[in-house]
Amino acid sequence: MSFVFYVLAALSVAGALAAVLLKNTVHCALAVTIAFAGIALLFLQLDAQFAGFAQILIYIGAVAILVVFAILLTRGSETPKGTVYSHFPLVGLLTAAAIFAVLGWAVLSSAPMLPNESAPPTVAVIDIGNALMGRYVLPLEIVALLLTAALIGAVIVAMHEKAGAQ
Amino acid sequence: MIEKADQIFVLLAHWVASFLPVWLQPIVLVLLGVVAIIVTFPALFAITVLMERKGLGRMQNRYGPNRVGPFGLFQPVADGIKSLTKEDIVPLSADAVVHFLAPVLLVVVVFMGYAVLPIGRNMTLVHMDAGLLFFFAIGASSELSVFMAGWSSRNKYSLLGAMRAVAQMISYEVPLLMSSVAVVMMTGSLSLGKIVDAQNQYTYGLPHWYIFTPWGFAGFILFAIAATAETNRSPFDLPEGESELVAGYFTEYSGFKFALFFLGEYVGMMGISGLGTTLFLGGYSAPLQVLGFVPSWLWFIAKVMLSMCVFIWVRGTLPRLRQDQLMNFAWKFVLPLTMLNLLVAGLWRFMGEGWLRWPVCSAILLGAYVLMARTGMSRERFGPRSYRYAE
Amino acid sequence: MNAATNPLIGYLLVAALLFAIGLAGALTRRNAILVLIGIELMLNAANLNLIAFWRYGPHPEALTGMMFAIFSIAVAAAEAAVGLGLVISIHRHAHTTDLDAMNRMKG
Repeated sequence: MSFVFYVLAALSVAGALAAVLLKNTVHCALAVTIAFAGIALLFLQLDAQFAGFAQILIYIGAVAILVVFAILLTRGSETPKGTVYSHFPLVGLLTAAAIFAVLGWAVLSSAPMLPNESAPPTVAVIDIGNALMGRYVLPLEIVALLLTAALIGAVIVAMHEKAGAQ
Repeated sequence: MIEKADQIFVLLAHWVASFLPVWLQPIVLVLLGVVAIIVTFPALFAITVLMERKGLGRMQNRYGPNRVGPFGLFQPVADGIKSLTKEDIVPLSADAVVHFLAPVLLVVVVFMGYAVLPIGRNMTLVHMDAGLLFFFAIGASSELSVFMAGWSSRNKYSLLGAMRAVAQMISYEVPLLMSSVAVVMMTGSLSLGKIVDAQNQYTYGLPHWYIFTPWGFAGFILFAIAATAETNRSPFDLPEGESELVAGYFTEYSGFKFALFFLGEYVGMMGISGLGTTLFLGGYSAPLQVLGFVPSWLWFIAKVMLSMCVFIWVRGTLPRLRQDQLMNFAWKFVLPLTMLNLLVAGLWRFMGEGWLRWPVCSAILLGAYVLMARTGMSRERFGPRSYRYAE
Repeated sequence: MNAATNPLIGYLLVAALLFAIGLAGALTRRNAILVLIGIELMLNAANLNLIAFWRYGPHPEALTGMMFAIFSIAVAAAEAAVGLGLVISIHRHAHTTDLDAMNRMKG
């Protein structure tokens, strides 16, 4: 496994660790953006160009900004007094460690049976377009409907109530 | 001879790389291209800054700077020396790491966008199958640096300016993408090289640029509006309005970091002008076939500088839009027109070759524009404002 | 091809690690927004898994893995938007985003 993979994996894991460990919420949001960037670069290393650029455009260009706006609108930008962890953090940590152990054991024990085609796939963007309009047109339309519903729903949920409540 | 002038940089790069072992050559070619971009576009930035100050001055009925050198031509040098030698003040309560990284992120991101632009024939730095998507993904990352700058200064005015700037940038990103989708649809590829190749053909000496079609013309205007808003340029420059918010999100920056923000903004403007010329104005192709002897990279740079002149012209002419007017404009006017433009582009292809498609498509676009402009200008929009407070 | 040189294992382990870190963040932090960040990390880890299997799997030209990942990215963005809208709305009502303080159904 190449040196680039190790660097990118270290970057993603470091960003994720910083995102869950830092005290200042905005720093956590910026650290998770670094993790998103690392994962996008891993996608690019896996020859998935379209997925990598879509990851950057959607996660870094929209979701990270959304998270940061939400932090600012909920006054989360000051460092909180007291602890930032909930009452029994050990339970959460043990659960996460157990899940990682199970997943790691599953991967390593099935290692001989994992596929390993090493020829990089020659996928052009036009194939993705054909697939989206051909085989996957129904999921595409359903996702369009879902995004419209999410847009309307998010606006309604976060909008101010009318003058009566103010 | 004409071929040589056109390909001079490519031949030069290959000649330099030929002195090195074969396994090192691809890396060196890419590095030479990177060095060329980093040298050329800041030089054009210096010329643009000079053009802006003199041009705005003339539009406002005054001379621009005219002390430094003949007709003020060495003003960029003076500006550069001033920025480099000014004291770098970081506020005591500012978040030092984020404060430092914000201009660095902006400059890195705007220079990465140039990697996919076809600056001349065979002069694209990286040939990507999804080049246009790469440019937009990288452009979306620059909004984060604006937010980082505003938040790390721990200054209410900076934060307010940053939030306004980010809201404006994400609102205008959708029309920017959708007006380019019409071009992608008609070309059938996301690769910028193929888009330029599709426009590089001539009938009776006139080129097939997309701006000469109804949907391309409307698309170009919508793209230009969205690009002006994306780069926070007047008339959309409320976030950095000098009379409103001191300097907006870069209030607390001085010295070299301010120079980096300034550089990033103008280089970003040139990048998005480069994208606009690639998509609509034919990239490096000449306007008339007889003018094909001029090198292709010269045409590209000329078109980019022309776009910068138009940016400066618009800045000197139009008044600034208020934040709510700007957001209304984006969501209720520009976005529906871009979606209609997409439909009209499809109709254009569907009606096949012939003379009928020209008046039909033009009539649809013009009629929609007039209709929306008339209904959008109703009395109630200019009445007294009602306030909503942020909770 | 013996197990030690299969690069797929590296990607799967990184994805598992990211998933565990996201889960730990979602379970141990007080701020509701950080729980949402943990959920986004978990979704990203799943996407990495999908793309890794697409790349090293038997039929990459069928684009199944990449399509799945693209739809997953779109749905995750929608879910983040609605979730953050909910957090903002709750903050407006209870004036806090501390999850430990929101332990009653009635406001």
